[in-house]
Amino acid sequence: MLETFHNLYLGFAVALAPSVLLYAFVGCLIGTVVGVLPGVGPLAGISLLLPATFGLDATRAIVMLAGIYYGAMYGGSTTSILMRIPGEAASVMTCIDGYAMARRGRAGPALAVAAVGSYLAGTVSIVALMFLAPPLASFALRFGPPEYFALLLLGLLVLAYMSSGSMVRSLAMAALGLLLGMVGIDQMTGYFRFAYGVVELGDGIGVVPVAVGLFGISEILATAGQARPPEVLKPRLRELLPSRREWRESFGAIWRGTGLGFLIGIIPGSAHVISSFVSYAVERRLSRTPEAFGKGAVAGVAGPESANNAATSGAFVPMLALGVPSGPIPAVMLAAMMVHGVTPGPLLINQQPALFWGFIASMYVGNVVLLILNLPLVGLFVNLLRVPYPLLYPGIIVFCVLGVYAVNSSVVDVWIMVAMGLLGYVLRKLDFEPAPIVLGLILAPMIEMSLRQSLAMSDGHYAVFLTRPIAATLLAVGLVLVLLSLRPLVTRTLDWRTRLAMVEKGEEL
Amino acid sequence: MWTTDRVAGGVLALVGLVVLEETWRLGLPLGTLHNPGPGYTPVVLSLILLGFGAAVAALGGGAQGMRTVEWTEWRHAVAILGACAFAALALERIGFRLTMAVILAFLVGVVERKPLLLTAVFTAVFSLGAFFLFDTMLRVPLPRGPLGF
Repeated sequence: MLETFHNLYLGFAVALAPSVLLYAFVGCLIGTVVGVLPGVGPLAGISLLLPATFGLDATRAIVMLAGIYYGAMYGGSTTSILMRIPGEAASVMTCIDGYAMARRGRAGPALAVAAVGSYLAGTVSIVALMFLAPPLASFALRFGPPEYFALLLLGLLVLAYMSSGSMVRSLAMAALGLLLGMVGIDQMTGYFRFAYGVVELGDGIGVVPVAVGLFGISEILATAGQARPPEVLKPRLRELLPSRREWRESFGAIWRGTGLGFLIGIIPGSAHVISSFVSYAVERRLSRTPEAFGKGAVAGVAGPESANNAATSGAFVPMLALGVPSGPIPAVMLAAMMVHGVTPGPLLINQQPALFWGFIASMYVGNVVLLILNLPLVGLFVNLLRVPYPLLYPGIIVFCVLGVYAVNSSVVDVWIMVAMGLLGYVLRKLDFEPAPIVLGLILAPMIEMSLRQSLAMSDGHYAVFLTRPIAATLLAVGLVLVLLSLRPLVTRTLDWRTRLAMVEKGEEL
Repeated sequence: MWTTDRVAGGVLALVGLVVLEETWRLGLPLGTLHNPGPGYTPVVLSLILLGFGAAVAALGGGAQGMRTVEWTEWRHAVAILGACAFAALALERIGFRLTMAVILAFLVGVVERKPLLLTAVFTAVFSLGAFFLFDTMLRVPLPRGPLGF
């Protein structure tokens, strides 16, 4: 315990250095803008801004990118409450009661509850991250290739299970992502696979063009042709403070959302979306007035907003401690850290304590910055929504091309972005979830390498995955998930993933 | 009936088949079950994709019909994809600033039909501003055309 506080002191010494503080602020500011703008989620935002951090040292770069990540989670609530458009996917649930509150003239309190809930959830979950990541990293030192293979496989299965809709469809998307990850030089033998003479493909397909194409470009393709721009409600900032009754109703929802969000965030999958959905369902079930949900219940804003922000910190636990991304956003963060020469994993905390604890401390600082940004300056961010979309999306396209090109100075990446944009657009139309593709792409080389290393160390015996307790346990959990996903086929009932898919489509439960 | 799942499942299964064929055509050594070669994982994954694709198609009878999917914004989508493809072709040939100016002028002036003056000002400010911000201020090297522009 004492050592943790000593390390945190070291972290604050790093995070409160003026230059680091400046980049945390810039990251939070950009992240909030990214979250507010429909069409640029945190994933595309981090990918696009990655080249802008090339000139920075690792600590400042990672602090800035993390600021963009949780800034986007904060900012997403603004468009949800004022326009009923989720700035990013995790804010879908906030739309329901947040927008209903805004229509009743309670936009200010809805924004305030969302901001305070996000702040508390963010801060508490950083404390949990701080205490959980180091012991988990120590535990992970016992992991060999079989354990990593089982863990990575479990990650994909959990992601597929946690995604809304059918698990078979999600697994098909993950398999497609894994196949994309096969492009490039085979790390063990040096064979060129599926590169067709394109030298740039030797290192494989990059995560940035895939993420920007699937999430950024496809969103623009789907929304640019819409005839009528959505209405923006104007919050009365003088009425920002919630009433005593609204605070009382929010209090429990914030803490429950924080706990749920952090726990769900640790588990691989689209943690933010799921955590906000589960939190909303829990609040409605616990409420004395469940009929008020959907018509402007403040707990329906406080719970999901707290949950999705807590999930942000939760998602950093496996990434920092194990080096395993739990979803597409941590996967891009992982890639960004590697670009800066930092390898997340069990050894990071011991080998680069200043970076790890500086990062933790900067998250505390970032949460304070975000609270300041999101309450008094909400009017400024709302003005961004008034920029006509026919001018906004060409600008976003410029940044997409620029961001993708600049990572490797390669037009091949721009072509990949175009192809992925088209794929994402079609998948969106056919109602398929693209997130497993990104995670599959990232995990493919790791899974293949750990499988072949495991077989090499066991003289080709697959029993190595069953005779080692950690690997066997992880695989057993994966098997349970597969069986659980088959249950609705047997019972012929709607499971929570189907209900989540219905909510995302705007259908009544 | 053609549903979204049946079409998507069929396409995914087809992709699996194509990868299988390509692995064989490129001559990637499979190795053995106990000592996998570079072609082993792609073959396993393409078989998995083939299986899942077939399962999606088989279970997808109740999904929404293909005819109900709206493609009303397809003209915009084609124009935007065309602009991005132009960027990939032109970026290293005529430089960042000119490429972006052409894209912005096309999207704002032609696709969105905004007034000429607005299009010109927006195009100039945005293409030059983005270059200044990233290349000059943030030191991200961006391509220049043959005239150094």
